[in-house]
Amino acid sequence: MALQELCSQDQGRTRWSSGNMFGSNYQSDSSFSSSRCLFHFYIPVADYLDESPVQFGQISAAQSCSSVFSQDSILTSFSVPGDPRPLSAAASSQSVPLPFPHSHGTTTLAFMFQGGVLAAADTRSSCSGLVACPSSQKILPIHSHMVGTTSGTSADCALWKRILSRELRLYQLRHGRSLSTRGAAKLLSHMLHPFKGTELCVAATLCGWDGGEVDGRHDDDGCMVRTENVEKPEDTRLEKTQSSSSTQPNAANSSSSGPSLVYVCSDGTRLQGTLFSVGSGSPYAYSILDQEVRWELTLQEATAIAREAVYRATHRDAYSGNHVDIYHITSTGWTRRDREDLKEEYYRERERRERRLRRDATSV
Amino acid sequence: MEYLLGIQGKDFVLVAADNVAASSIIQMKHDYDKMFKLSEKILMLCVGEAGDTVQFAEYIQKNVQLYKMRNGYELSPAAAANFTRKNLADYLRSRTPYHVNLLLAGYDDTDGPGLFYMDYLSSLAKAPFAAHGYGAFLTLSILDRYYKPDLTKDEAVDLLKKCVEELNRRFILNLHSFTVRLIDKEGIHDMEKITIGAK
Repeated sequence: MALQELCSQDQGRTRWSSGNMFGSNYQSDSSFSSSRCLFHFYIPVADYLDESPVQFGQISAAQSCSSVFSQDSILTSFSVPGDPRPLSAAASSQSVPLPFPHSHGTTTLAFMFQGGVLAAADTRSSCSGLVACPSSQKILPIHSHMVGTTSGTSADCALWKRILSRELRLYQLRHGRSLSTRGAAKLLSHMLHPFKGTELCVAATLCGWDGGEVDGRHDDDGCMVRTENVEKPEDTRLEKTQSSSSTQPNAANSSSSGPSLVYVCSDGTRLQGTLFSVGSGSPYAYSILDQEVRWELTLQEATAIAREAVYRATHRDAYSGNHVDIYHITSTGWTRRDREDLKEEYYRERERRERRLRRDATSV
Repeated sequence: MEYLLGIQGKDFVLVAADNVAASSIIQMKHDYDKMFKLSEKILMLCVGEAGDTVQFAEYIQKNVQLYKMRNGYELSPAAAANFTRKNLADYLRSRTPYHVNLLLAGYDDTDGPGLFYMDYLSSLAKAPFAAHGYGAFLTLSILDRYYKPDLTKDEAVDLLKKCVEELNRRFILNLHSFTVRLIDKEGIHDMEKITIGAK
């Protein structure tokens, strides 16, 4: 089964037989007629949304309406990192008891650099104060050239990643080409939109490498009427770096080929960027990443920075910890590093510090 | 937390929006564009709840384009504003209201420039200048004091800079860059971004 293949971790890379998928078998007009079928996908849980909302711990309709009106102040949208309650429900009072405590503690991060996209995440799944699983997988592959980091409710993330994989595969079969990362993000965002205001919490960063399309017309956003400037990250990078990095995507084509990073949240946020960190440990990770991440990093440096950022976040955040997974996405697909224990990192750092102290003491 | 500003001059409208996309206490993006181009001479600036802004703005944007395709001519800014308001009002008492605050700015070939203020309760007002967000509390009186109906483009940009300076001095949050655009009879022009260093 295709889905089984791409979800298995044994292979370092998974590849679809993309040789004959790109354009040769499909006529352009048949793809237009079948595109109408794209949005008739089956959303598994939409049915019970209308039935017993109270039983499943959802917010009632009246509550969600009133919570929207009271959201005029900034304070209601704040949520303390590490707060076990989901961000979307923080604005409304919890009068309905949850069936079980939700798990949201995470540190995930992803950034673009000259060697592609790097994604890293910790492996601790927590349920309020309990570590439910010390070795969960928070970076899930979607297809051969895209992975998604997950944060929020583990079950929701796992389900929606699978749904997204299925929909992307169907798109590829119907239209003869794969959807870009931006398109996949938009698809995920629209699929999650009906669940806005419910307890569903998915905050994912889609990291992918878009195969170069000949013209930008095929981008899922279609007409260029939208003024959101997708080339901006590349433009600012071009200004900053005087040296021309050979793998840096051409600004004219940046919307259709090369590395791509989009953040999608179940509250509706969809942001394209070059650096994202999500989860309760994200502020700690951001401070490390903002200092060190540059476009010209080598793969080794980038891996070291990603590892350190996750390590520091797990050091401070109670809901993140255990191991770190690092995935690297390039034009040839994603590769996965062996899972590393952050406990070792702690001891290594302690040793480094002691060595430095000893060296400073002897040099004085 | 987010800030929108619009100033109508004699034959143009100047609009500005901050560039921060935030998620609780973190700035996730520093260069986020909050303006949506509805047509050649109409811009919509949209802030509010996270997903609602983009969903609603894109919905309006696509519908305005559809009108143009069906009828062969574009909606005027006033018509677009009323269409937007009607949609907001229809969703207001539904299960899924859109919590968005909007400024719609456009240039009509017959009526001239127009700036429309809309808020999440679907009120609509045509105004010579308008602002949304907490920053509005600090800057509306500056606009009251210095605004004249026959502002030139340079005077409007100066007025905008005065507002941004005041925000920089007194607003608790750091809004360090603003996208600025100008709409006149030739269409929409991107102007230089206003960036302020940290206080």
